[in-house]
Amino acid sequence: MKPSPFDYVKPASLGEALSLLSDSDGEVAVLAGGQSLMPTLNMRLSSPSLLIDINGITELDGIEVVEDVIRIGALTRHQVVQSSADIAQHAPLIAMAMPHIAHPAIRNRGTFGGSIALADPAAELPACLCALGATIEIAGNKGRRTVSAVDFFKDLYETDLADDELLTAVEIPVLADGYRSAFEELARRHGDYAMTGLAAHGLIDGDKVSDLRLAFFAVGGTPVLAKNAAAVAEGKNIGDEMISAVQSALEKDLDPFDDLNCSAAVKMLYAKELTSRALKALIR
Amino acid sequence: MSGSEGLSIHDRPNSYIGRSVPRPNLPRLLKGRGSYADDVKLPRMLHAAFLRSPYAHAEIVSIKTDEAEKVTGVFRVFTGDDIAKVCSPWVGVLTHLEGLRSPPQHALAVGRVLWQGEPLAAVVAESRALAEDVLELIEVDYKELPPAVDMEKALDGDAEVIHDVYENNLCWERNVNQGDVDAAFAASEVVIEEEYRFGRHTGVTLESRSIVADFDAGEDMLTLYHSTQAPHMKQALFAKHLDLDEHKIRIICRDVGGAFGLKAHAYGDEFATAAMSMVLKRPVKFVADRMESFLGDIHARDHIVKGKIGVSKEGKILGLEIDDLTGIGPYSVYPRSSAIEINQVLNLTGGAYVFENYRARGRVVFQNKPPMCQYRAVGHPIAISVAESLVELAASAIDMESMQMRQLNMAADDDYPNKTVTGIPLENLSHQESTTKLMEMVNYQEIRNEQAELRSNGIYRGVGFGALIEVTNPSPAFYGVGGAPISAQDGCSIKLDAKGNLIVGTSVTEQGQGAEAVISQVVATAVGITPEKIKVISGDTENTPYGGGTWASRGTGIAGEAAVKAGKVIRNNILDVAGILLQSEPETLDIRNNQIVDDENGTERMSVAEIGRIVYYRGDTLPKDFQAEMMVVQHYLPKSFPFAFTNSVHCSHLEVDVTTGFIKLLKHWVVEDCGTVVNPQNVDDQVRGGVVQGIGGALYEECIYNDQGQLLNGNLADYLVPMAVELPEIIVGHVESRTFESDLGAKGAGEAGTAGAPAAIMNALNDALRPLEAKLTRQPFTPQRVLEALGKV
Repeated sequence: MKPSPFDYVKPASLGEALSLLSDSDGEVAVLAGGQSLMPTLNMRLSSPSLLIDINGITELDGIEVVEDVIRIGALTRHQVVQSSADIAQHAPLIAMAMPHIAHPAIRNRGTFGGSIALADPAAELPACLCALGATIEIAGNKGRRTVSAVDFFKDLYETDLADDELLTAVEIPVLADGYRSAFEELARRHGDYAMTGLAAHGLIDGDKVSDLRLAFFAVGGTPVLAKNAAAVAEGKNIGDEMISAVQSALEKDLDPFDDLNCSAAVKMLYAKELTSRALKALIR
Repeated sequence: MSGSEGLSIHDRPNSYIGRSVPRPNLPRLLKGRGSYADDVKLPRMLHAAFLRSPYAHAEIVSIKTDEAEKVTGVFRVFTGDDIAKVCSPWVGVLTHLEGLRSPPQHALAVGRVLWQGEPLAAVVAESRALAEDVLELIEVDYKELPPAVDMEKALDGDAEVIHDVYENNLCWERNVNQGDVDAAFAASEVVIEEEYRFGRHTGVTLESRSIVADFDAGEDMLTLYHSTQAPHMKQALFAKHLDLDEHKIRIICRDVGGAFGLKAHAYGDEFATAAMSMVLKRPVKFVADRMESFLGDIHARDHIVKGKIGVSKEGKILGLEIDDLTGIGPYSVYPRSSAIEINQVLNLTGGAYVFENYRARGRVVFQNKPPMCQYRAVGHPIAISVAESLVELAASAIDMESMQMRQLNMAADDDYPNKTVTGIPLENLSHQESTTKLMEMVNYQEIRNEQAELRSNGIYRGVGFGALIEVTNPSPAFYGVGGAPISAQDGCSIKLDAKGNLIVGTSVTEQGQGAEAVISQVVATAVGITPEKIKVISGDTENTPYGGGTWASRGTGIAGEAAVKAGKVIRNNILDVAGILLQSEPETLDIRNNQIVDDENGTERMSVAEIGRIVYYRGDTLPKDFQAEMMVVQHYLPKSFPFAFTNSVHCSHLEVDVTTGFIKLLKHWVVEDCGTVVNPQNVDDQVRGGVVQGIGGALYEECIYNDQGQLLNGNLADYLVPMAVELPEIIVGHVESRTFESDLGAKGAGEAGTAGAPAAIMNALNDALRPLEAKLTRQPFTPQRVLEALGKV
């Protein structure tokens, strides 16, 4: 469990990091918190020739509220996000998801941007960003660009990020009036990757829900927005009959797969159960 | 002779027996100054990495190592043929297990690889990282062969026969037939049949297997810094297979970070490391990484058991039958064999009960998976889960409380010595007192009332029990009689220094369980010296007496008694000197709190330190015909009984989420009887840790294989061990029925937790689901399996 040999460089600025990325001709890995990368290297599942350590780029670190968005720098540690009053106020879904992300030791090192860039299909944060309509900010040598979260996640561990780009920040619209969030996850042990998970966000008026976004994770190669289910829910009061209808609609939205912990059938059952729990939580 | 002579260790004044004395090794460990094999760094030390088979079964057509050997920093690349020249193969059979067979096994595979992960070549380089890099340059031409993976098909006529020297894949079969089982079933009010499955899992020690081999060509001496639980056994094995005299091998294992049985076996990579050190005449280190631990450590369990019980309408067990099949990988593991586990299953099933008619068949089969061997509570969780589930199912069928049925079938506490149905002697058990105490602790009726109330709200809670007997303090009947170089006796040496301190050597090892604390407490009590003046040395074949080591819950019971005996001898020797100096009869004196005192009233006469000073520096003041002996050694071997059986009883309380299949453990109780409790905190924590490992097998741990024999979850993200958040409060109670074989009276406490927890959990789970007519008998009980049993998927 020792990595293959690689060169290591720690740039002090974003520009320097981007130059290194574009100048490199071999396989490059970007080191942020290292909580997924280091095991991958040690298990020799990947053998990059160059490791670019971005931990010295302080401009990528931190949370700030700018007008109607909350901006989370890519290097912000999960622990900082978890304890942020701004996050709790303006993006409560993220705050709800945080305790489910691994364990304190991992949250102390692991970064928000790292989770997004890795795009593990069973991870919590990509689904949360899809539910919240977040925007991913990406820097390249040609400048900065943004892409919506739902377009960012392409396939299993595949994102819109090009080889010579860096994910720099995530921008989440601050919680609008009347909107609420719910987060549900089933994992074999606390802190494990989910067997099935759901990040839900919608406009709540009494028992009525609209503009509902149900973002499932661990049921596909990317987070899955359950559009049919959301359409069924639109404008309806949350109640037993409505929940059954939404659950049925999930059959059209989700096509889960077997994994080591459970079968596709169990994942579908869980998706329905979590939908029920989340909808009830939205009006609690 | 002191005035206390003739009295038991339990009559000693200022006794440390039964007190939670802090472990003397804790500060060292907490300050990060533990000394594990990987902490050893020697001059000129090289590092080994092993090439392991990617296939479960393949012929090695060729191995090319020339590219690898060209790399700067690489000292040598070894193949199986190279190692075979300096390390002879072994055969993992015990002669007392009639018919047990296994072919010779080489340290590194020769000609064929028989499981995914079997080592077949090694690189020795100046760093582990470089050695791993260079592994990729070894070219192996494999010819894949069909693997025999499924143990249920291993004996089929068309199964791939793994060893062509045999006609099929059978490794061993044992049959037991006591009484008339068929007549017993015919006479029974109800007969229950059920099939049980137990997943293959592994040990997951925090410290992985490790060895630093240092061959000194000057003295022809091989020193092995080694994470092991049986140093003298390893000394004998390394000597035999590397063709060295035993005194030319020294095993040092200071701290061991968990062992659980898996460090009591011979591993090819460890023998190859020693062999490579001898060839290169330099120290070589090998530390298994977590990935190779999953493929290279022994695995455990993996049983399918058909069970059948017949009971009378009063609840008496009339007959019991089991048929156990277990898959052990391609070889029976050396030197303890892979047949002991199933032998224990056959010996122990129903062991908590008195009944006369028993039939059992055990079959051990070869397969292309990692070797399976002894792991904590060998065979017990299988035997106990099967018997205890059958008992609860039968009790339910005759509408009787299961604990009532248990108590009806247990021998009375005053009805010992006794025997199991297969004739194994039981010296002194306390099933009645233990089960009574457990029911008081559990508050059973309240749980039942709450259960009924919650069920009406759709909440399914269950309560289940597991009663058991456990093998501890094994005599030579366990291994020695089968020809293995495994000592059943242990020794303790004690040296008084010139300042009145005691340097104690014990032949058992410290692997995190507190063995050194226990030996220190016993010596402190036996001699009359306070614990801070006692230093315990363990894990060094050159500096401790010869003994078995730490396994099979034997440390306190056997090595503890050796410490009692050695303590008595040195106390008498010290008092002989004191008697001369004080002009008193030695039997009127005693040692208390480091002082020589008058036995009758405790009046202090002189210090033990003063005795040390006089003996070592002013021996001229002692009589000419008197020679003080301030270093003694004593040994102990249990002889009257083959094992000191203990008994215990578990209760599990849990809740099942019938929507998701998740099981939440609410509480777990254990009453266990290990005889004398030397250190209550250590014993409680042994029981708790054991329960946690039992929970692992029952709910989480399973090595998942595909049909090609590939392990799919060989890492700690995918192989689930129980973690703190999921664990319930574990409440431990004790009954103390001493063994009369020894003065100390201690039996073992290391395995009762692991032995009984899975049974109690299975019974609680099935109790919870009884109104839904769902039943689970396949461990681990995953959410998927719960949902399947409920018919939801």
